[in-house]
Amino acid sequence: MQYETVIGLEVHVQLSTESKLFSGSATKFGAEPNTQANIFDLAMPGTLPVLNEKAVAMAVKFGVAIGAEIGKHSVFDRKNYFYPDLPKGYQVSQLDYPTVGKGTLTVTLDDGSEKVVGVTRAHMEEDAGKSLHEDYQGMTGIDLNRAGTPLLEIVSEPDLRSAKEAVAYLKKLHSIIRYLDISDAIMAQGSMRCDANVSIRPVGQEEFGTRTEIKNINSFKFVERAINYEVQRQKDVLEDGGRIVQETRLYDADKDETRSMRSKEVANDYRYFPEPDLLPIVIDDAYIEAIRATLPELPDTRGARFVSEYGLSEYDAGVLVATREMADYFETTAKLSGDAKLAANWVSQDLQALLNKHGWELDESPIQAERLAMLIQRIKDNTISGKIAKTVFDAMLDDSSDVDAIIEAKGLKQVTDSGALESLVDKVIAENPDQAQQYRDGKVQVIGFLVGQCMQLSKGKANPAQVNEILRGKLS
Amino acid sequence: MIEKTVAELSAALAAGETTSVALTQAYLDQIAAHNETLNAYITVCADSALAQARAADEARAAGSTAPLLGIPIAHKDLFCTEGVKTTSGSKILHNFISPYDATVVERMQAAGAVMLGKTNMDEFAMGSSNESSYYGAARNPWNLDRVPGGSSGGSAAAVAADLCAMATGTDTGGSIRQPAAFCGITGLKPSYGRVSRWGMIAYASSLDQAGPLCKTAEDAAILLNVMAGVDDKDSTSIDLPTEDFSAALNDSLEGLRIGLPKQHFAEGLNPAIDRAIRSAVAELEKLGAVVKEIDLPNSDLAISAYYVIAPAEASANLSRFDGVRYGYRCENPADLEDMYKRSRSEGFGEEVKRRIMIGTYALSAGFYDAYYRKAQKIRRLVKEDYARAFEEVDVIIGPTTPSPAFELDSMKDSVTMYLEDIYTIALNLAGLPGMSVPAGFVDGLPIGMQIVAKDYAEAKLLNVAHQFQQVTDWHKQKPALSTAAKTKEA
Repeated sequence: MQYETVIGLEVHVQLSTESKLFSGSATKFGAEPNTQANIFDLAMPGTLPVLNEKAVAMAVKFGVAIGAEIGKHSVFDRKNYFYPDLPKGYQVSQLDYPTVGKGTLTVTLDDGSEKVVGVTRAHMEEDAGKSLHEDYQGMTGIDLNRAGTPLLEIVSEPDLRSAKEAVAYLKKLHSIIRYLDISDAIMAQGSMRCDANVSIRPVGQEEFGTRTEIKNINSFKFVERAINYEVQRQKDVLEDGGRIVQETRLYDADKDETRSMRSKEVANDYRYFPEPDLLPIVIDDAYIEAIRATLPELPDTRGARFVSEYGLSEYDAGVLVATREMADYFETTAKLSGDAKLAANWVSQDLQALLNKHGWELDESPIQAERLAMLIQRIKDNTISGKIAKTVFDAMLDDSSDVDAIIEAKGLKQVTDSGALESLVDKVIAENPDQAQQYRDGKVQVIGFLVGQCMQLSKGKANPAQVNEILRGKLS
Repeated sequence: MIEKTVAELSAALAAGETTSVALTQAYLDQIAAHNETLNAYITVCADSALAQARAADEARAAGSTAPLLGIPIAHKDLFCTEGVKTTSGSKILHNFISPYDATVVERMQAAGAVMLGKTNMDEFAMGSSNESSYYGAARNPWNLDRVPGGSSGGSAAAVAADLCAMATGTDTGGSIRQPAAFCGITGLKPSYGRVSRWGMIAYASSLDQAGPLCKTAEDAAILLNVMAGVDDKDSTSIDLPTEDFSAALNDSLEGLRIGLPKQHFAEGLNPAIDRAIRSAVAELEKLGAVVKEIDLPNSDLAISAYYVIAPAEASANLSRFDGVRYGYRCENPADLEDMYKRSRSEGFGEEVKRRIMIGTYALSAGFYDAYYRKAQKIRRLVKEDYARAFEEVDVIIGPTTPSPAFELDSMKDSVTMYLEDIYTIALNLAGLPGMSVPAGFVDGLPIGMQIVAKDYAEAKLLNVAHQFQQVTDWHKQKPALSTAAKTKEA
């Protein structure tokens, strides 16, 4: 049987407000336990929530960026359940009237085609605290620093058809969120979290299969793996004549498998009802327009501009705009160096390889845009060859002095003095009489070998174009 | 001196006829003499009260004219008071020392009031008799076998028996007005949003409202001036221009249009109360008011709607009492679930558990539309009833309660008790301001007249009540305390 995979993602993004959704406590990552929890966060009796307007602005910004309907009258609800890291015994969320309604996200797939993925809604809610099991023998520690941190839960339509599509959607979402600067969106730190609803159905069947929800996936790579594992598991169950149970499953990255999270098949009844301690959020068109005016240039628009303004290929432009930082880096490099194509190549290839190798974020790179632009300038003005530039690039990692100083110190300056080049060429011709003769006999492609010898002899410093010219002159 | 009103005490203090220390000591003496019998206070703060009194006297010497400077107050025990035990009448908070002050407490303190202690109340404000308090029932100073009403029963008993000069209370379905009526004092429930709820332990958030219990309408105006006002810590508090609620007290009632809801003078009302209220209304007519009968057609639905909405909100509001961070925790919990179950089962009383169950049920999947949503529709209908009525009249008047204070342990089932709030509960659903003022006696027990005005028209309420108190002396009657206390000793 051929199956089709159906995936919908629920993505939680921690909004990067300075204070919490309903209290004045700070939201910094990694503080000592319970140092960022005030009496409201501890759910002391008599305390009340006060909405952080900045969180609303960020949610609306996201909504406007994905062309979504903005709720003119959104309502907070209480979602009731007991857990020690949920101090009030209910989470304040939005059920029927979310701040952000239906929108869309356009994703570029591996084959270059574009797919429009529906976003059902994005609602605001408060994060829970953390239960700490490691350091307490037979007990559980509660850290309420995270309790009340604003979250935007972005729910997609079940429009995704493969793990790769899901990752492409997630990356696009990540990119937009970073462009909007509304969240750090670091999956490893939990400021972006992804739950995947996965089901399969026989190809051609219209109705959806029973879905499972996979939780605890904390990297893009794991999203792909977890979904692939789960799809295969569901196929195996169906092929063995079994049925899929609607349940929540936990992804275990170490074992690369999903496991059933709850033994009991009881549906939780969260008894949602409107939060009486908060007024509805009323948003008018003027507010939406004011937010729209603050939108930065988003990746799709920026990519199109890179194609038209810098003459980049769509592929290169797509790679460079994937993150706002990378696009900024490229643009600075292109402008300072005056050569966008070289800048695009260096940023998307050499720099990217460097970051990958060391696992660095862009801002951790020892080579920032200004220095890379200088390096490119030195290629352009023939101070060094493209090949030597790679040596200089490597040297720049450990040496923070300026590009010219490194070239000078290492003696990498390109030799363009024709007298020096001519004696170099003479030497090569003398040492390779057979090849020289072959050229003279009409086997012109052997010139490549001779140029190579010259370059080798000069340790790469000879200007290859000049060498080529001198060789041809001397052999003709 | 302790029987005087807040206005009189202010004048006496300003004139140097007494000091805050002397006054505070006099109230502490009265508490020492009668609280054992009345059980009006859960906590008495004698030392800190005297310290505050000394500070008040010093402030006065230094020129302060704060409106309540040096006047002793009692706070219902659901207002959080920093460093002082705050129980909400429950075992589950028997050891809870609040780390902060409620806005109401803060404002009273800023106005110079001296806090004598925390008053008894029905557990989490759920009750109409004070009998659901974990700390034992408070008694009615007019008759120790009778309840003082609830849930602000301790505050009402304390004011009536001069165990304080004034008190705070909260009213979710009648919890200020009904005990005020039962104890023969003046109680005001302001419009929803008029007074900040920050620091008030929540029962039903969309209905709870704090207000004063005191001896006269004049005092209620003085206290409301201090309590009222928008608070950025309470998103549901209303930002209205500052108002002097004392300003209109002496306005003439000439031409005042009074509506008498026919549903409030119907079956179930004690005939003696019926007569007392009608003669009270006749007094107002003498002052120039005109009276007409009005219709509040959805009155009979209010109690049912209330007993869905209030428990629903309460079921979530009380989830935080889980034994994890503060309050009562059961002994030797086997695991998390055991800790939750036993801490809450042992920590909450019967009535509270009943309402949590009702509320949880009403919000459950499959029942939400039938209960919660329908109750909200009724709430709108009730609000519309009043809005229509206020197109024709300025105030609505009727009895506060259908009968005078009942005997302790006499209410054998909770629904009968719920029906005691039949005239008061609709106001909370509608968010309207209401007052109860003493309007006579039935079987030696005080009864109350309820006055209702439109949203934010507290000044009108206070005007009517004050004018009524200028021509009547029901509010000046005092229970014979010493006899009562002696009877008990014997």
